[in-house]
Amino acid sequence: MLSIRNLSKTFSSAGEPVHVLRGVDLDLKAGERVALTGESGSGKSTLLHLIAGLDAADGGTIRLEDTEVTKLSDAGRAGLRRDRIGLVFQQYNLIPSLSVGDNLVFQARIAGRYDAAWYKELIERLGLGGLLKRYPEQLSGGQQQRVAIGRALATKPSLLLADEPTGNLDEATAEDVLALTRDLVTRTGCGFLMVTHSLHLAATLDRHVNLHAGRIA
Amino acid sequence: MRRALWVLAVLLSHWRRHKMQFATLLIGLIAATALWSGVQAINQQARNAYDRAAATFGGARTPMLVAPDAATFPQELFVKLRRAGWPVSPMLEGRVQVNGHSVRLLGIEPVTLPVDVGNAPRLGAADLSSFVAPPGQTLVAKETLSDLQEQEGAAPAISNGAKLPPLRVLPQLVPDVLVVDIGVAQRLLNKPDQISRLLIGKPKGKPAPLANVVGHRLQRVEPDAETELERLTDSFHLNLTAFGLLSFFVGLFIVNSAVGLAFEQRLPMLRTLRACGASARLVNTVLVVELVALSLVAGLIGLACGYFIAAALLPDVAASLRGLYGAQIPGQLSLRPEWWLAGIGISIAGALVAAATSLIKAVRMPVLATAQPRAWQQRQRRWLILQSGAACAVFAVALLLLQYGQSLIAGFGVLAALMFGAALILPAFLELILLAGQRLARRPLALWFWADSRQQLSGLSLALMALLLALAVNVGVSTMVETFSRTFVGWLNGRLAADVYISASDNAKGVAIRDWLKERSDVQAILSGGRAETQVQGQPVELLGLPDHALYRERWPLLETAPRAWTQLIPGNAAFISEQLSRRLNVRVGDVVDVPAPGGTWQLDIVGIYADYGNPKGQLAVNVAALIRQFPQTPQTRIGLIVAKENIPGLIAALQKQFALDDRSVADQATVKAESIRIFNRTFAVTSALNAFTLGVAGIALLTSLLTLANSRLPQLAPLWAIGITRPRLAAIELTKTLSVALFTSLLAVPLGLLVAWCLIAIVNVKAFGWRLPFHVFPLQLVELVAVALFASLLAALLPMIRLARMQPASLVKVFANER
Repeated sequence: MLSIRNLSKTFSSAGEPVHVLRGVDLDLKAGERVALTGESGSGKSTLLHLIAGLDAADGGTIRLEDTEVTKLSDAGRAGLRRDRIGLVFQQYNLIPSLSVGDNLVFQARIAGRYDAAWYKELIERLGLGGLLKRYPEQLSGGQQQRVAIGRALATKPSLLLADEPTGNLDEATAEDVLALTRDLVTRTGCGFLMVTHSLHLAATLDRHVNLHAGRIA
Repeated sequence: MRRALWVLAVLLSHWRRHKMQFATLLIGLIAATALWSGVQAINQQARNAYDRAAATFGGARTPMLVAPDAATFPQELFVKLRRAGWPVSPMLEGRVQVNGHSVRLLGIEPVTLPVDVGNAPRLGAADLSSFVAPPGQTLVAKETLSDLQEQEGAAPAISNGAKLPPLRVLPQLVPDVLVVDIGVAQRLLNKPDQISRLLIGKPKGKPAPLANVVGHRLQRVEPDAETELERLTDSFHLNLTAFGLLSFFVGLFIVNSAVGLAFEQRLPMLRTLRACGASARLVNTVLVVELVALSLVAGLIGLACGYFIAAALLPDVAASLRGLYGAQIPGQLSLRPEWWLAGIGISIAGALVAAATSLIKAVRMPVLATAQPRAWQQRQRRWLILQSGAACAVFAVALLLLQYGQSLIAGFGVLAALMFGAALILPAFLELILLAGQRLARRPLALWFWADSRQQLSGLSLALMALLLALAVNVGVSTMVETFSRTFVGWLNGRLAADVYISASDNAKGVAIRDWLKERSDVQAILSGGRAETQVQGQPVELLGLPDHALYRERWPLLETAPRAWTQLIPGNAAFISEQLSRRLNVRVGDVVDVPAPGGTWQLDIVGIYADYGNPKGQLAVNVAALIRQFPQTPQTRIGLIVAKENIPGLIAALQKQFALDDRSVADQATVKAESIRIFNRTFAVTSALNAFTLGVAGIALLTSLLTLANSRLPQLAPLWAIGITRPRLAAIELTKTLSVALFTSLLAVPLGLLVAWCLIAIVNVKAFGWRLPFHVFPLQLVELVAVALFASLLAALLPMIRLARMQPASLVKVFANER
């Protein structure tokens, strides 16, 4: 479902080139749940951003199902994210001006993929029933992250990408949130790629790949 | 000290990384200082000129003796009074024409002139002999010399052919005044042994009572703390000050917005400094020092800009003051050191006031408080309620002032309260509109559009308040000016009844012209007028002699009239009164006014009230024959002619040829009308310029708010981009949001502006000038102003939007980076 070949990315820092990714190869099957680990600065987040089309690669290819992401225009990549990718970040990145309920349906509605039954199920399984009228700032970190996961899965994406989704949460909450995410991913059948520092959490997924010095170790 | 410098260096490093924010702060301070000090420079220049006028050899600031009928009196009274120990000095005043220019001729007696009177000491003992001894001297201001197109030392002739003594510049003199020895003045004005008034110096001992020396032939007039001119021009300067103050506050809005955001962004830095051992007192002191230093720099630049603004506006202001009040203001700017110091002071004080909330927060900040970026944008609901409450209180004050206030200050108070209240209530109004939009929205992006606009409101509300105030002032002033303009043109059509106007240099020439005209078949009617001056109830009053002609009956702009008013004028015991004088004297149709005349009191029944726009003097219009009977000295030099249109050019050419009249002495109606309208337009040029400045500053306030908000809004926009909304689309939505709130603000500014116009027309104008205009609304003008405001908002919003549309994905991605 996701196929990455020889992916490279270089940044410039203080005039010096920094080779963050040096030819990454990675495959992910539909429904597969993969943890991506690596030390700080190894390029984990960059790889995730390139897959999501948030940034453009310098070389190599990314193919999501039948679409070659690296060949898409800016607008094409935006469309891909809207329709087929769910994104979860460490900082939650909810829309502060919208209520929990509106945040949850936002992406599904603009993608034209709103499914009322699935929405109800998400609310129930994420335990957000009593929080729909609240605003993000009125929620705890764990609650905000559950809303972010719900928003990402509301479109029933092909691929869920999560960048340290439990990085801001305590251990117990982190395990609860991840368990919930695993269940929902299984329920939708989408692929799941999660960046994490925690080997313990990484071990709970189907597969674990390690990124070291810009390459899959 | 070293520690303080380190803290200062750390604080200043913020501006290195936020150059736009730094520019915003400086622009705000510069704009505030420049417009405020520019207006103050103009006011100071004018006040200096009034002081010069008042102090020139005994103006209204000197006690004096005058005849009860304000006429001249014999010189023997002066001799009698001096002998009785009165320290009086004689003065004769009149008007003469020099090179076609009408100027005031002042005759003084320098030896007896009290030393504490005006510019007398500056004459100096050495100059005294050249002033008194033949051929004498004519003292003039530099501006007058240039108006007369003469050189120092020249001895130009006046209209009766007599020559003035050689001209000599005395810089302290007010323009349009010639000062000569009293003997010379008596000869030039053909008033031998006559005196207009006696200035009173400080008596040594107690002189005999006045009545014992001269009976009731003279009366004492006490000096005024404020001259008539100052009283008349108060409203004009108050108007300018109001504009300056408005711009100053708009500038402070910018500063407040910039400092507020900088403070929030620097919170982690401040906490780190405190954690590293810098005391709260040290950090706070350095914050104040930093602000004062920045405001000092901005203040200096602002003052320089203010100087240029004042220099650019001064010629129009001088023209306005001359046109409206007859005040003479030099066209060249000269400023006192106090102006520079006050400008710097206002810049520093303004910056401290604008930054007060942030500084108080810094003082109260606990060292381990968690970071709350953008928290200042969030706590808006409580503020909205508080602000709305304050707005209601301010509106109540406006109502009380409207009900019970009588003065001009109260009129401006109503205006200020109205605008301040409207600015305070604006965010609550916008919140309601945006909330309604959010409730009605169904589509997710539309929902976000309204919800996010609401959240952005607190960050933008100060700039929107500035826009509201600037636009309301523009609507108000433009409506007033347009109303005035149309009323003025209509009034001018009524007032300029004759087809050709002639101003003869003296009575003899006037008689000769009239005799010549009687022989011409192309002249249908000769309308002779006349003017005399007197005082009624202590007010200077002009008596206008009207010829009895059907044209006047048809066209004279009467506002109120008694039955058969024109017929009642003919015998000479009735008069029309100008609107402003009727208000000043509290006289209505049917009342009687006692006018002091050379032959005794002249009782006049008031049979009509007429509009007399633009005339600073109160006026009574009487039958011209009656005027000449009561005031035999009235010059009969003004002649109006009724002539067929096609004969006008030929007649004017013949008059000019026959009597050597220049363009100023003979003109057709169209020329006079065009000149009047030109003066009118110039009078309001300053208002238009200040209108444009205010709107410009409001535009800058909006731009700077949007620019400072742009960075802090990235975390709110990046998630939308991440879930599939392209940057250009996001930019377009952001632009639409800004334009929407600007549109709502502009729409609210229209009724507020009309209310401002009503206040100006019905309260301020009446109290300041004494005339009330009909209130008109000009829809096209309102549409134009709203369009200008939206265009200014579009320009302000464009730069941040272009930056967003072109933003590199890397900048947006940073929002999601875990190691931010």
